[in-house]
Amino acid sequence: MKNIKKSTLTFFGAMLAIYIIVQLLLSLGVLNNFWRGIIFWGAAISIVALGLNLIYGFNGQFSLGQYGFYALGAYAAADVTWRWLNEDPSGIVVGFLGSAVVLGLYALVAVFLRRFYNVRVTTRFLAYLLTTVLGYGIAVIGLRPLLEPLLLTVLNALPPAVTQQIVFFLALVSGAAIAGIASFLFGIPVLSLGSDYFGIATLGFTIIVKVLLDNTDTILPFPEMKGARGMVGIPQWTTWTWVFLCFLLVVVVMRNLLHSSTGRAILSVREDERAAELVGIDVTQAKLLPFVVGSVFAGLAGGIRAHDLAFLHPQSFNFIQSFNPLIIVVFGGLGSMTGTMITGFLWILLLEGALRLFLPQGFETWRFVVYPLVLLIMMLLRPEGLFGQYEFPYLKRPLANLRTRSASPQAGEAAASEEVTP
Amino acid sequence: MKGRPEGLPTEVEARPALLEIEGLTQFFDNLRAVHNFDLTLRQGELIGLIGPNGAGKTTVFNLITGVYQPSEGSIRFRGMELLGIPSHEIIQLGIARTFQNIRLFSKLTVLDNVRIAYHPHAGYTLFDGIVRNKAYREQEDYLTERAQEFLAIFGLEQRQNDIAGSLPYGLQRRLEIARALATDPELLILDEPAAGMNPQEIDALMELIRFIRQQFNLTILLVEHRMRLVMNICEWITVMDFGEVIARGVPAAVRDNLLVVEAYLGRQTAFLK
Repeated sequence: MKNIKKSTLTFFGAMLAIYIIVQLLLSLGVLNNFWRGIIFWGAAISIVALGLNLIYGFNGQFSLGQYGFYALGAYAAADVTWRWLNEDPSGIVVGFLGSAVVLGLYALVAVFLRRFYNVRVTTRFLAYLLTTVLGYGIAVIGLRPLLEPLLLTVLNALPPAVTQQIVFFLALVSGAAIAGIASFLFGIPVLSLGSDYFGIATLGFTIIVKVLLDNTDTILPFPEMKGARGMVGIPQWTTWTWVFLCFLLVVVVMRNLLHSSTGRAILSVREDERAAELVGIDVTQAKLLPFVVGSVFAGLAGGIRAHDLAFLHPQSFNFIQSFNPLIIVVFGGLGSMTGTMITGFLWILLLEGALRLFLPQGFETWRFVVYPLVLLIMMLLRPEGLFGQYEFPYLKRPLANLRTRSASPQAGEAAASEEVTP
Repeated sequence: MKGRPEGLPTEVEARPALLEIEGLTQFFDNLRAVHNFDLTLRQGELIGLIGPNGAGKTTVFNLITGVYQPSEGSIRFRGMELLGIPSHEIIQLGIARTFQNIRLFSKLTVLDNVRIAYHPHAGYTLFDGIVRNKAYREQEDYLTERAQEFLAIFGLEQRQNDIAGSLPYGLQRRLEIARALATDPELLILDEPAAGMNPQEIDALMELIRFIRQQFNLTILLVEHRMRLVMNICEWITVMDFGEVIARGVPAAVRDNLLVVEAYLGRQTAFLK
């Protein structure tokens, strides 16, 4: 490997250093469980906020649905591991393999739909909805009896530590995949609305998810989630390594996505949707993709958080909470990954960590008075966010070097002769 | 032949038709913005569409590029019916346009503005972009180089890393045309390209239009108010008023057409003239 840029080396070096330092502090016991929770939580919130920044900051779609996908990911991942601990691998079969089946079927449906121009939104939505039902139906009816005994034998034959890591990995992937599939289905009809309506619809989504979670044991067939009483019995499997790897993965994927041609299409939609359409960008796709990717990030963060907290309660995903990532994104700077990452950590560190220790009891009640005020002051003093357009060199959009080879002489002359003096 | 003036040179009439619009009608609620509009463009022509404000010129452009779906009529491009095809696919078929009020991606760099137009033919997948494999690197280098060559043609090479919104007005116009051409069109539609320009800038623009037409082998349809530009470069002109075609012909004929003068200046003045 040659030609690795200095900024890349610096970034990964710094990340590695942070990993080692935190790992050391954790194993030496300098950071107790409280601070460990704060760090993990900060990472999870940062991932959620990065996803939202992709949707709102880079693509220009104002969304309040991020916490709904976070909740979906958390509950889905928790359910997979909970079931596994109760000798039931159905979570893995349905959550992981079922999602894989659904994604495979989506690819077929997409190829099929591409043969028609102007498929109506409702038709498209119904096609994918039926596909989803079919995919998970296949998993529940067909795959479960087939694969469950096999999975049990194989996974139990491995050393327990290895099995645990595999199951945890599958659970995280299941959570992320289910959040992604939900956002895809939700995004098809809703993204065709204008931006404000989209914001309201996503708020509605968060509320729907919260209400469903309140009733998981009554109207949904998930008695282990225990509805409004909160889900218990989730193993505390999240380790610093998992948190770090997920965080790094999200940052690198998002950065590479944004710097690719697709990333430019995503940005163009934010700048001017009509103009993007009229240079040949498929705007529907360029909105759906960041929405799904952002939600997958949220789902992944949900899995991490669930397996750190070991307890899930619908109340922690209510719609007031759904403003948290929004505040972080606006605070850190719309369209600044660096800003979102740092603000996400600071947010938890200060508001949930430091302030809880140093301020008297009952401060929590005042938080919802303080947040809007701080945000208001922020908007007045520094509307571009704490970091504005600043990015770490590694995350910055690369600028192309000037061409050394000169253009063909004829074209150069023509250009010179019509130089406009403004 | 529908949608063409009489008496054009026979060698022009022998060329194949590129764009054929027939009986195009568009209602906005009860307002008839365009009525029974015909226009046929042959390959390599440069044609002007003029008319007073509100005559329906921009509506015609929006209908061609699929922004609106027409109430009646048909639009064929290279013999292919465009009705019902979404805008971005019409662009990919080979029609490009600019806007009356410049619509650049103003917070992105000049280079990115052009590279965005390459996206439908980027030549690598989303996955390639995320894992940054060889396909991504090669194709991205190629796209960048192509965009830079393009910018060089338009004299914007030195400005490639500037933010598009920070360019002076004349250069923004130029960049918008460059971005439209980057989609590799056969037909270029210019919506009032000279709006807000002074006479020198208009001269430069005429030069530019002639140059790109030859360089990229384009057929051009333009809407314009500035007679200086229209009369100078268009081969023939269609005049619209209240959504209907009131005259067609070579610039000299249109200039002397009483109906046209009336539409622009009012009946009284036309009579005096």
